[in-house]
Parts: sequence; structure tokens; C-alpha cells
Amino acid sequence: MELTRRNAIVMGAGALFVAGLPLRVSAAGEDAIAAFTGGAEIGAGDIKLTAPEIAENGNTVPIEVSSDTAAEIMVLALGNPTPGVAKFKFGKLAAARHASTRIRLAGTQDVVAIAKLDDGSFVQASATVKVTIGGCGG
Amino acid sequence: MAKDVKPRVKVPKSAAAGEAITIKTLISHNMESGQRKDKEGNAIPRSIINRFTCDFNGENVIDVAMEPAISTNPYFEFEALVPEAGEFKFTWYDDDGSVYEESKMIAIG
Amino acid sequence: MKKLTSALLASVIASTPLWADPVDDTLILNEEITMVTRTAAPAHMADVVDEVMSGWLFRGTETRAMQADDFDNPGMIFVEQAEEAWNTAEGSEGKSCSSCHNDPASMAGVRPVYPKFNEKAGEVRTLEMQVNDCRENQMGAEPWKYSGGDMVNMTALLASVSRGMPVNVAIDGPAQSTWEAGKELYYTRTGQLELACASCHEANYGMMIRADHLSQGQINGFPTYRLKNTKLNSAHSRFKGCIRDTRAETFKEGSPEFIALELYVASRGNGLSVEGPSIRN
Repeated sequence: MELTRRNAIVMGAGALFVAGLPLRVSAAGEDAIAAFTGGAEIGAGDIKLTAPEIAENGNTVPIEVSSDTAAEIMVLALGNPTPGVAKFKFGKLAAARHASTRIRLAGTQDVVAIAKLDDGSFVQASATVKVTIGGCGG
Repeated sequence: MAKDVKPRVKVPKSAAAGEAITIKTLISHNMESGQRKDKEGNAIPRSIINRFTCDFNGENVIDVAMEPAISTNPYFEFEALVPEAGEFKFTWYDDDGSVYEESKMIAIG
Repeated sequence: MKKLTSALLASVIASTPLWADPVDDTLILNEEITMVTRTAAPAHMADVVDEVMSGWLFRGTETRAMQADDFDNPGMIFVEQAEEAWNTAEGSEGKSCSSCHNDPASMAGVRPVYPKFNEKAGEVRTLEMQVNDCRENQMGAEPWKYSGGDMVNMTALLASVSRGMPVNVAIDGPAQSTWEAGKELYYTRTGQLELACASCHEANYGMMIRADHLSQGQINGFPTYRLKNTKLNSAHSRFKGCIRDTRAETFKEGSPEFIALELYVASRGNGLSVEGPSIRN
């Protein structure tokens, strides 16, 4: 099934509510999450996602993920044609479970960060980013 | 090999033993997402950097699996422990099989 | 129909009370150079505008921060590419830029006075024209495409070594007639939307045009890395796009019209710090 934004919204309307955080998650997003967590429950807790409230341009949106005990952090953009953004795996010499990067967002949407903590549990955080349309562009 | 791909990394020249340092990396790469269409309406095939790793003296610092949603000219900032003097190795893996590398030495002091 | 469109546009702009002050923020580059992003308007336009402001002040928090650090600024990786080109011999004479000009840092002070009148050539020249003149006549090399990657990287390099210096283009003497031609272009309404540069950038800066924060249209930050196309853009390229988006027939990059316009628009920023390569939307 083609993952158009319309389809994603329709699917999202009947989709999983993940651990009490009412996100509309598409099928592709659900698959990505399931692959990462193996179906385990996802709570709230040791994961922080920083993203601008309004992105100046959807092409380059700076985000930051940080945690105290995350071994791995997956970032999804639930409104993009494909939700995967990045997966950060912290090695032995990572001084902090923290990373910043710049991402592309196709439109206003929820960005989600799911962390696999050292103790094997999963937590998530999300942020709604408004992606604006410019005026004259050239 | 994608055109004009050039890595750039910012690593302090020295650190105290066991100190945490901030590393910034940037690489000039188009990150063709696969979503764009050409003038005839055909999809331009995806061609991105799909993985970035940083190692220090052979030990891993960070390993990032990248998707097309990472912006053009991928940028990462992260923190590394510096237990001793040595060499940071940065590696970017391209969909087309190319591998781009950069390295930086760091002293203790 | 034309009257209706412009009346409609005027009423839309007037009735949408979306004004956002440019931010109150200071641009300190690499924690070293404090840039002048607002200053008293130059004398030639003091009757229409009190203060001139850099486009930096109209951008969002994250965009402004990106420009403040040479590592965070993706435009700088292209400056590095230009540095390599600077040192590479090309053309029949076997010279590189560095053969005559030494290191790029010695070119500080060049960007702020361009476009300027070239005595020998008897014309106002933009930086791009001068680079190509050097390439063709001093190096015996092929000229670069006006807004191609090679050229825009090089003008970014040349701008970068002048950052913090005030824009200071001459508008009198032999440059005057070109300047006046540029000024006339700036204030002439064209195209289906009947807009002049001044319609937006003088009469309505600070307003929101859809979700974009309209600036004064200054070019002290050019060439600029646009988030929109994730690459460096020249001033002429931007002029072309703006004019096209107002549904007017646009001039060509490197055309006499754009040379005149660039001189005039640059002079509207006299006093602001050179910021190129800046980061804009």
C-alpha cells in the first residue's frame, strides 16, 4: 500500500497508541518500532529529544537526542514518506549518550526518539515540529 | 564515487587523560533521498551515505545508521572519552560502495 | 485583472497584521568577531529607511546559531574546496590564484568594495567578473560559469576572509550611472504581480510572507548557504529567483541589469559587516 500522507493519517487513526502517548503511527513506523523493540513495551523516562518548535526550512532541521543510560537511540519522523531517520549506537568510548544532527522533514509532524537503555528497557520522547512554507523563494 | 565528497571534522588538539571532548563532523554529500523526480517524472534513485562510525585507537565511539531523512551535507555532533593519546578514525559508507575516511590525532596534555 | 491582483495583494498584506520584529541578537563569529548586523542607513537612503539590518536578524534561532560557528556553517566546507582550487595551477600559464595573490587571507578588503568600477576595463565589475578576468587573462584558463559551483565557492572564500569588515561600495564617480540604473530597477514594478524590490524589501520588511520572515533584502551575506537548496547561492541567482517568483521576466546572471542592481543593493548595506558565506532560508 502506498504510504501517502493521507494513508498514513487514515492508518494512524486506528493505529497503536504507544504507552499512553497518543501518537499517530503509520504502518511503516510501527514496523520500524517493532523491529527495534521486538514488541517490548515502551515507557517514558531517560530520553530527551530536542527539536525546534518551528523549523525555518524542512530541508535542514537541527535535532538533538540525549540520555543517561541509552545504549541505542532510534529517531523516526512519523510524517515523512519513510519514517526512518537514524539509529545512534553508542560505543565504549562514547562520553555521553548524546548526539546532534540535521534532518529533513516533509511537513509538520511528530518526531520520535526511542531509546534502548542499558538495562534492556525502552523509553521514548517525541516533539511536534511545525514545518513552514516560505514566501518568495527564488 | 559520488561527486565532490569531502569530510570535515573538528577535534580538539589535546585533552586531559579520561576527559570527555566534543566532536563535530560534516561531510559534503548530496544525500539523494530517492523521493525527487527528474524532468521526465522518473524518480531519481536513492544515493546516500548510510552509515557513519567513529573509532578511537580501535575502540568504537559511535555508530550511526543513516536514512534518507538525514539532511544534505550530513552533520553529527557527539562526545568521546579520551583515555590516552591516539587517533580518531571517522568513516562514512556510501550506498554506491564508496567509503570516505578522515582521521585526527589527539595528544594528552 | 492586473489591478484586481495588486489590489487583492495589497489588501492581503495590509489586513494580515503579521509583523515580527527582527530579533535582538548579536552575531559573534567563532566567539571572536562581533559582526555589525544593524546600523544607521547610508546617507543615500536615509530618507526612506532609518536603520539597515542584515538578513541574519530575520532568521530563526537555530539558523542564526548555525552561522555563528565556522564548523557548524555548512557553507564553510565549500570555502575549503575553494581553498584547494586557490592553490591549484590551471590554464596555459601554469599559475594558480596563489601565484599572484599569495594566501586567501591577503584578499581581505576586496569583497566589501565590490561591485566596483574597473578603470582599465571601463566598466563596473562584480567579483565574479573579476575572477574570470584573472582566470582568462592572467592564468590562461577557462572562465567559470557565473553561478556554477566553482565560482560560488570562490566568491564564498573571498567573502569569508573579509567577514566583519563593513560593506563599502562606491556609488559616485564613474560608478554613479550604473548605481542609478540599479536604483531605478529596484523601484520599478514589474511582472504579473507588479512588484518592485522595494515593494517587499523596503515597504514591508518585517512582515510575514506566508511563513517566511521578510528581510530588507540585503546582500552583505552573499554568497549564502540556503537551507532551501542546501548549497551556496550567488546574489544574481537570488535576484533571478525573486523576480521569477513575482512573475516577471527575469534578467540573466551576469547581465548589465543585474550588475547595476547588485551595485545598488550592495550600497543599501554599506556599513553592515560582510557575512558571507551566511546561512539563510
